Amino acid sequence: MALSGMRGLSVFISDVRNCQNKELERARVDKELANIRTKFKNDKGLTPYEKKKYVWKMLYIFMLGYDVDFGHMEAVSLISAPKYAEKQVGYIVTSSLLNENHDFLRLVINTVRNDIIGRNETFQCLALTMVGNIGGKEFSESLAPDVQKLLISNSCRPLVRKKAALCLLRLYRKNPDVVSVDGWADRMSQLLDEREIGVLTAVMSLLVALVANNPDAYWNCVSKCVRVLERLTRSQDIPQEYTYYGIPSPWLQVKTMRVLQYFPAIDDPNIRRSLFEVLQRVLMGTDAVKNINKNNATHAVLFEALALVMHLDAEKDMMAQCVGLLGKFIAVREPNIRYLGLENMTRMLMVSDVQESIKRHQVQIITSLRDPDIRFRIIFIDLLVQCISLCSIRRRSLDLLYGMCDVTNAKDIVEELLQYLTTADFAIREELALKAAILAEKFAPDLSWYVDVILQLIEKAGDFVSDDIWYRVVQFVTNNDDLQPYAAAKARDFLDKPAVHETMVKVAGYLLGEYSHLLSRRPGCSPKEVFSIIHDKFATVSTPTKAILLSAYIKILLHSQTVDPELQNHVLAVFRKNETYLDAEVQQRASEYYALSRKGPSMVDVMAEMPKFPERQSALLKKAEDTEVDVADTSATKLRLMQLTSTAVVVADQKPANGVHPALTRVPSGQRNIEAPTVPVANGGQSPAPVDFLAIEAAPTHSAPESSPLVGPGDSLALALMDNQASTVQPTGSVTEWFDALCRKDSGILYEDPFIQIGLKAEWRGNQGRIVLFLGNKHTAPLLSVKAVILPPRHMQLLTSNVPDTIPPRAQVQCPVEVTNLSPSREIPVLDFSYNNSSAMVSFKLRLPVIMSKFLQGATLAPADYIARWKALMGPPNKLLQEVVRGVKPLPLQEMSDLLGSLHVAIAPGYDPNVNNIVGAATYFSENPTLCLIRIETDPADRTQIRLTVGTPDTSVALELKEYIKERLVDIPSGAAPTSLPGMPSPADDLVGPAASLAGLI
Amino acid sequence: MIRFVLLISRQGKVRLTKWYSPYTQKERLKAIRELSALILPRGPKLCNFVEWKGLKVVYKRYASLYFCICVDSEDNELDGLEVIHHYVQVLDRYFGNVCELDLIFNFHKAYFILDEILIAGELQESSKKSVSRVISAQDTLVENAKEQASSLSNMIAQATK
Repeated sequence: MALSGMRGLSVFISDVRNCQNKELERARVDKELANIRTKFKNDKGLTPYEKKKYVWKMLYIFMLGYDVDFGHMEAVSLISAPKYAEKQVGYIVTSSLLNENHDFLRLVINTVRNDIIGRNETFQCLALTMVGNIGGKEFSESLAPDVQKLLISNSCRPLVRKKAALCLLRLYRKNPDVVSVDGWADRMSQLLDEREIGVLTAVMSLLVALVANNPDAYWNCVSKCVRVLERLTRSQDIPQEYTYYGIPSPWLQVKTMRVLQYFPAIDDPNIRRSLFEVLQRVLMGTDAVKNINKNNATHAVLFEALALVMHLDAEKDMMAQCVGLLGKFIAVREPNIRYLGLENMTRMLMVSDVQESIKRHQVQIITSLRDPDIRFRIIFIDLLVQCISLCSIRRRSLDLLYGMCDVTNAKDIVEELLQYLTTADFAIREELALKAAILAEKFAPDLSWYVDVILQLIEKAGDFVSDDIWYRVVQFVTNNDDLQPYAAAKARDFLDKPAVHETMVKVAGYLLGEYSHLLSRRPGCSPKEVFSIIHDKFATVSTPTKAILLSAYIKILLHSQTVDPELQNHVLAVFRKNETYLDAEVQQRASEYYALSRKGPSMVDVMAEMPKFPERQSALLKKAEDTEVDVADTSATKLRLMQLTSTAVVVADQKPANGVHPALTRVPSGQRNIEAPTVPVANGGQSPAPVDFLAIEAAPTHSAPESSPLVGPGDSLALALMDNQASTVQPTGSVTEWFDALCRKDSGILYEDPFIQIGLKAEWRGNQGRIVLFLGNKHTAPLLSVKAVILPPRHMQLLTSNVPDTIPPRAQVQCPVEVTNLSPSREIPVLDFSYNNSSAMVSFKLRLPVIMSKFLQGATLAPADYIARWKALMGPPNKLLQEVVRGVKPLPLQEMSDLLGSLHVAIAPGYDPNVNNIVGAATYFSENPTLCLIRIETDPADRTQIRLTVGTPDTSVALELKEYIKERLVDIPSGAAPTSLPGMPSPADDLVGPAASLAGLI
Repeated sequence: MIRFVLLISRQGKVRLTKWYSPYTQKERLKAIRELSALILPRGPKLCNFVEWKGLKVVYKRYASLYFCICVDSEDNELDGLEVIHHYVQVLDRYFGNVCELDLIFNFHKAYFILDEILIAGELQESSKKSVSRVISAQDTLVENAKEQASSLSNMIAQATK
C-alpha cells in the first residue's frame, strides 16, 4: 500500500506494538523523539520524504498520548511545500497535532488562503478540510469571505463546495459574524435547491447551526426544507449511491427534520399540510427488519420524526400514533431502540393529552425496569416519577413504581422518591413518604442505607412521616448491634442542621439516649455535648417529645462511664425544673428520673439499653393496606402487599420470642403494633430474670401494660412490665402436615417459626436424590450458631454441605444434600436443627421426606408380560409376599388406587379379571433397580380388610415395600408420625404357605 | 456535532483519535481513559450509547476494535451509530475486509478517509462511492509524484555518472 515507501514508520509502529509494558513503550518512544529532534535540528539535510516520515511518527506518538512539544514547525512547513504528497501530510498532521489556539497556525494563514483561492482543486480541498477541522478565530476572520465564495460559486465542483459549506460552519461556530452578509439567508435558500445530495447534506448541517441561533432570519428556508423531505421520502431523484440500505440518505432526512424543529411554529397551512403528509409517511412506513443497520437508519429517521411531531404539537391522533410507536419500541428486545423509546416516552410526557395513551404501555414499561442496563432503569424510574407529578396519572404511576420495586432497583426508586418528595403535591406526600419507607425497609441492600433513607425522609417531609415510620427504624436499630453506633452518629449529625423537624428530635433523642455512649470517643460526641445539643431543642418541642427527651437525658447520664459532675448538675436541674411541669407524663418522668439518678451508679442496670424487640408485622404495611381504599383491586400496591405478606416477616400477633427479658416498658397511647421507645428497668441484657418477675408477667400479654397497677393518669404514662411469657419458639403451623405434604410433592415448607423458615426442594432420579434446604431468616437480627445435622439411616448415604454459622437478617441460605439409597428400608433421615435468635437457643428435630416412594417409579408392563412375571415370581422359589391387612381405612376402590398411584405405582386396570382387585407395578431403585409387582384384593363386603401381595425378585425389597404400603393404607397420611407399625402377618388366610413363613422369618 | 472520534482496541490501545473541538492533550488523555473504562466492560446486550459529562458517546464494536464518537446530548444517536458504520464500510472497501492491523500500520490512511467523511464534526459525504473515488484520486496523485521524483533522480544520477 501507500506505506510501502515508509519502512521506518512501519518498523517504529511494530517496535511500539512489541513493547511488553508501558515503561518499555515509553523508552522506545523517547528514543524515537530524541532521534526526530536531532534530525530536525540539522534540517538542511532532510529530504521531503524523510520529513514526511518523521512528521507521521510524531503524529503517531502524539496519538498514543505522549506529549510532543517540538517539530510543529516542520509539520506546518510541509503545508507550504509545492508538491501534493507533502502538502497533504502537512495539512493532516497539522490539523491533528495542533488545536485552534496554537500560534503556529498564524504562520500558515497566508499559504492556506492561497490554496483556497488558488486554481488547484486538490489544494483547495486540503486547505478547506484543515480549516474545517481546526477552526480558530484568526482563520475565521481572514478566510470566511473566500470560503463563502467557494460555497456559492457555480464553477466549483461539488467536492469543493461541500467542504466549503462545512468549513464555513466551523468558522461560523467560532465567529457568527462570518455570515452577517446582506442576503445570506436568500443564498442559503438557493443552496437548498441543490440537487447533489453530498452538497445538500453539508449545506443542511450549516443551516442547522444558523437556524439554531437565529430562526427568524431563515423563514424562507422552511418550505425548501419540506420540499427536500418530500423528495427524500418519496425517493424522487435520489441516486443509488445516496441510499443507505435502500433508504434515501437517512442523515439528510434527520438533519432536515432537525432544522424544522428550530422554528417555533409552522403556520402556513399548505406547508404544514405537506409536512404532516411527509411525517405520516415516515411514521407509517417503519417496519422492523432483520438487518440491524437498516433498522438503525430507519429508526434514526423515525425518532427524529417523532421529535418533530412533538415539536409541532400535532393533532391528537398523530400524537396517539406516536405514543403507540413508542410503546412498540419499548417492547422490543433491541436495546438501542428500547432505550430511545423510553427516553422519548419521557419527553412525550411533557406534551399534554398523551398521558392517557402512555398509560396503556405500562406493562412494557415495567419490563424495562428489569433491564440489565442500569441506565434503562434510571430513565425509566425518572419517567415514572415524572408521571407522578402529573396529576392525572400520578396515583397510578406511584402504584406502579411501588409495585415494581425489587432488590435490583429499590435503591434508585427510593432515592428518586426522596428527591421528588420535596417538590411533590401536598396531597400525595404522606403516601409517598409511607411508600418510600416501606420499600426502603423491604428491599434495603444494607441496614445503614435504610437508616439513612428514613432519616432523610424525616428531614425532608417531617410533617408527613407518621410515628410508625420512626418507630420502625428504632426497632431495627435496637435489634442490630452493628447498626447502633452508625444510627446514633447519623442522628447527631441531623440534629446539627439549622432547622430540625420535631419528629427528627424525637428519633434522634431516642437513638442518642440509647446509643450515644457508643460514640463517646468521637469528637463532639461526649455525653455533655450530646446532652446540650439535644437540650437545645427542649424548649421548642411538644410535650410528648419532651417526655422522650427526659428519658434520653437520664440514659445519657447513667450510660457515661465516668459521671461528669457538671453534666449531672445540668440534668438534675432539668429534672427538677420539670417536676412541676403541667403535663402529668413529663412531670412523672422528671420526678422519677430525678429520684433514680440521685441513687447514682447502682441504677445503671435500670437504664440499660433496650432489649431486642420481638419480631412482628410492620405496622407500615398495615397502614398501607388501610390507605388502599380508593385504588382498584388490581392495583400494584395491593399485589405488592400480597407478596409482602406471603414472604412476610412475621404474622401479626406473634408471641414475643426473645426469651426472658423483663423490662419496664412504656406503651404509647393507641400504639399496639410497635413498641415505642421504652425505658427498661430490670437488666435488659442476657441474664435470666428473677422468678418473681416471671410471676408478675404471667398476666395476659398485650393488655398487660394498661391493666398494670403502675399505670398513671393517661395510659401513655404507663410504666409497665413487658410481656414475656413464652420462652420457647413455636412453629407457625403443623410440622406433621408440612411433612406429609412434602411426601406427596417435592417442594414446600418443612418448618417455620417466627425466626426461621426452612423450605425444601427435592429432585429424584433412580436411587439418587438431591435435596436443597432453604434456610430463611425472617428476623431483623441475624441468627447465630446455626447448626444443621442430618442423621442418616443405615441404608442411605447423605452428603451434606456446610451450613453457615450465621444467617444475616432477611437472608436466605441454601443447603444442598445429596442422597443415595443403598438398600430398601422404611427408615427416614432426621434433621437436627438449632439456632440462636440472639436471645435464646432454639433446637428441634425434623423428619426429612426421604421416603420409599421417592425411589419408586411406576412401571408399565404389557398384560402378557405382567402375567408371565407374576407366574415367575410364584416360584419356585416363591417370591410373592402376601398378607391380609385388617383395620384398613375404608376407601372406595378408586381412592385406593389413587393412593397407590401417589406412591408412584403404575396401576394396570383390567389386568386382574376380578374388578375388586387392584394390580400395579413399579421399579424400586436402591443399589440395583428391582421390579415390584403389587396386587391388592379388596372385599366388597368388608372394606376394612384387604389382601396385599407384593412380589419382587429381591425379598428384602418386597418385605419393606409391603410394610410401607401397609402403613399408608392403615394410616392414610393425615398427621400421625409414621411409626412403623408392628408387622402383623396373618398366616391364617394364607393360601401360599412359604410366603407366610418367609414373612414370619424376617 | 461530533466532538471527537476514537478508535480503541479491546485492550484499551488507541488506534485513532480525531478531535473536532479544542481539547488539550491532557483533556484528550483523560477522555480516552474515562471512556475506555466506561465502554470496554460493557456487555454485548447493552445499548450502544453511554452518557458522559453531559455529552453522549455512541460506540460500536467491530471485532477487536471499538469505534466511538462523542456527540452532543441532543443529537440523534442512531444517526451517529450509522455514521460509524458508514466509515467502517468505506474502510472495508478501501482495505478489502479491513482488520485492526490494517488500521495500525496504515493509520494515516484511516485519517485521510475520515477526513473525506467528516469535517467539523459533521457528515461530509454519505456516498461510499464518492469517498472511494476521492481517496483513490489522492493515491494516484501521490504515486505520480513519486514516479516523477524517482525518474528525475534517475536522470540526474545518470547525467552525473
